[in-house]
Amino acid sequence: MRFGGLTAVRSVDFTVNAGEIVGLIGPNGAGKTTFFNCLTGLYVPTEGTVSYQGTVLPPKPHLVTKAGIARTFQNIRLFANMTVLENVLVGRHTRTKEGLWSALLRGPGFKKAEKASEERAMELLDFIGLAHKRDHLARNLPYGEQRKLEIARALASEPGLLLLDEPTAGMNPQETRATEELVFAIRDKGIAVLVIEHDMRFIFNLCDRVAVLVQGEKLVEGTSDVVQADERVVAAYLGEPFDGGTDDTTAETEAESTTGTTSTKGEAQ
Amino acid sequence: MTETTKTPATPPADDATPAPGTRRGIIPLPLAAARALLLVGGIATAASTFLRWTWTSDFPGDLTVNGYPGGLQVLTLVAGLITTLFALATYEVRGLGWLVPARNNAPLVLTAVGGFAVTWYTVIAIAAKLGGIVNWEPGTYIAAVASLLPVIGALALPQDATDTTKEALKAYIAKAERVPAAQATAPWIQRLVITIVAALALTVFAYGIDAEDQLFVGFLIVVVFTAWALQTAGLFDRFSRLTAQNRSFALAMGFVAAIGFPFTQTNDHYANLGVNILIFGTVALGLNIVVGLAGLLDLGYVAFLGVGAYTAALVSGSEFSKFSGVQFPFWAAALTGAAASLIFGVLIGAPTLRLRGDYLAIVTLGFGEIFRISVNNMDGVSGPDITNGPNGIPSIPDLSFFGFNFGENHDIAGFTIGRFANYYLLMVLISALVVTIYRRASDSRIGRSWIAIREDETAATAMGINGFRVKLIAFALGATLAGLAGTVSAHVTYSVVPNPYQFAGAAPPNSAFLLAAVVLGGMGTVSGPFLGAALLYLLPEKLVALQDKSLLAFGIALILLMRFRPEGIIPNRRRQLEFHETGQLDVPDTTTLTDDPAITKAGA
Repeated sequence: MRFGGLTAVRSVDFTVNAGEIVGLIGPNGAGKTTFFNCLTGLYVPTEGTVSYQGTVLPPKPHLVTKAGIARTFQNIRLFANMTVLENVLVGRHTRTKEGLWSALLRGPGFKKAEKASEERAMELLDFIGLAHKRDHLARNLPYGEQRKLEIARALASEPGLLLLDEPTAGMNPQETRATEELVFAIRDKGIAVLVIEHDMRFIFNLCDRVAVLVQGEKLVEGTSDVVQADERVVAAYLGEPFDGGTDDTTAETEAESTTGTTSTKGEAQ
Repeated sequence: MTETTKTPATPPADDATPAPGTRRGIIPLPLAAARALLLVGGIATAASTFLRWTWTSDFPGDLTVNGYPGGLQVLTLVAGLITTLFALATYEVRGLGWLVPARNNAPLVLTAVGGFAVTWYTVIAIAAKLGGIVNWEPGTYIAAVASLLPVIGALALPQDATDTTKEALKAYIAKAERVPAAQATAPWIQRLVITIVAALALTVFAYGIDAEDQLFVGFLIVVVFTAWALQTAGLFDRFSRLTAQNRSFALAMGFVAAIGFPFTQTNDHYANLGVNILIFGTVALGLNIVVGLAGLLDLGYVAFLGVGAYTAALVSGSEFSKFSGVQFPFWAAALTGAAASLIFGVLIGAPTLRLRGDYLAIVTLGFGEIFRISVNNMDGVSGPDITNGPNGIPSIPDLSFFGFNFGENHDIAGFTIGRFANYYLLMVLISALVVTIYRRASDSRIGRSWIAIREDETAATAMGINGFRVKLIAFALGATLAGLAGTVSAHVTYSVVPNPYQFAGAAPPNSAFLLAAVVLGGMGTVSGPFLGAALLYLLPEKLVALQDKSLLAFGIALILLMRFRPEGIIPNRRRQLEFHETGQLDVPDTTTLTDDPAITKAGA
């Protein structure tokens, strides 16, 4: 993916298997979100393709969602003036097909489909614990609940792969913990999850595999141990070690400091 | 005005201002005196209208009769009676408590000021019109003084102390912060209330449409202040909750009231106003789908009305039509007009809807003008001979259904229904159809996707909505509905000419007025565009003095509206929250306000 002369993401090959949680980390500006946008068709890749379950996806966001890849956004993009339930119902769009005519004629099929959609949406709201707020406007939810609602909205499209863009940005430790459990619960439903995050503790707790993106290129990919032990990763985040301190301690401080930057970033949003 | 005025926490700098927490009025009077002034003033104002206010019948409405109010006096009488009613409500008279459920001052202040305004307007108009205050009679003086009393009384009503007079005045007209929910009533009572309100609305509308010049200004004063008072009392909120519970009954009553309108009119001219308002309102409602729901700013919308009108004119059998031999029955002409608009809508929409925001607005504005200019030039000289150019297609024959000729007068149950009234009734049916389409479309999968596109197009496409397709459906549906209304408008006006279908002009319909009707009435609502259309149509029609300055007046009115009530006269719930950060307005009655901790049963 290139923007003019700037190559934002270059030759990143990536495979996520079903029922797997994969983390994508990297310093700010590494191209993580750009990579997501390429995957979901918001950006048309200059070269290369995105395939899902063996078929190449066209770079159209709605077709990507239809194929089974759903996402959340780094800075929450809910439909602020719609209710919680309506937000999730919009997520059901690709899995329903009642058009204008059936809406105008209001046949039995329409009512059945609306009812089924609503039931499914309520199940999802139950799943994330927002069922009691179904008639609130999304804009009036507290920050943490807005994040959850965004996940529910993405889940409503019945994805096989869920892309989470910094799901815990700006959250306190309890909320982060709750999100962790939510992601595990989503994985247990058989949905593959790809998550961008700056909170290292969160990532290494959660992910089966972690990939590190630096300056648009994939540096390392592997289990958390492999990634944490990799000197290049440390260097990418903190710069070259001054006097070659041991890997373990450096990784530890590195995790701490990134947590710090993440939370300030979240507040700014 | 939903903005609430709050007393600042800072201590008053001036020693003269009272300590926070005390309740007093701007005018220092005891509560009993304030109430008495309200009541006595209201009754005296009403009574003064039975005296004569001037000696000559030169003033419109004949105010010279003792013992019988006429013209503007009737409005003063009504205003006085309303003030009296609200004053009695403060005395806790049984059966009137519902008038001011929140026991706030604003309704009293506003009705008192309304009565004062209409009385003094009349008094001044008499002097101005007849040339001097010598034309006043004792009754005039009595009315002027009597109408001042309730204002004094209302401003003496106690309220929480504020620092400045400006804030105190603002607090006097502020809406009640918390209106207690209405007591549960039996369904038949609810329906009775809706019926009475529909009948009242019809009476008020029928009176207003008949009023001319000074009478219309007086009418506007009374209606605006009364409506404002009812709104601050919270009665509109209660009523909208009532209609929400009896949705279909309320719609049916609205429909019946609309049908009843021509039966209240003796002069077909007023039915003409009615049918034009309905056409204008219906087209505005179609535009509301495009602008209010899907959020696509369309500045060339009137072109679709034009396409419908021209299509209907071409197949109407008019001898000036290019296809003068062809005469479609109305249902076929309506379908053809709607279909032509649909095709036109898709043709314009397909290339333009890839644009967003301002770019779309400019391009639609351009296409709208292209329509008018093309129609102007298709006269066989500078283009193909289809539309007769600037001459248009005149002498469009009247419609006829099963021998029911729309051009003739008909007697129905003792009422004479004239030509325009016939078209009015037809237009009521079409409006009902459009309202149904609007409501059903907005409350469905497609309607949700329109709103989602309006809210955040990127997120909407990422949720699997095909933005282009959904927007094109909204655009095409809006165009079709406008085309449908256009087919009727061609017959109503006898002829179609290119000129009305422009971007902005001094009289409706044009794209700017249509958009103004939607914004003024309230985007995303059903009744808003109709109210906006009625106002925008009636005001230039009635206020002859404004004629050449009407655009200026509208500009000022729109600026004021956008400053003080950006969500429109009838606010959509979503819109209201968008413009006023008043927190939890939307919380449904059934849920509590407790702040659950953000960490709930995640993953449960």
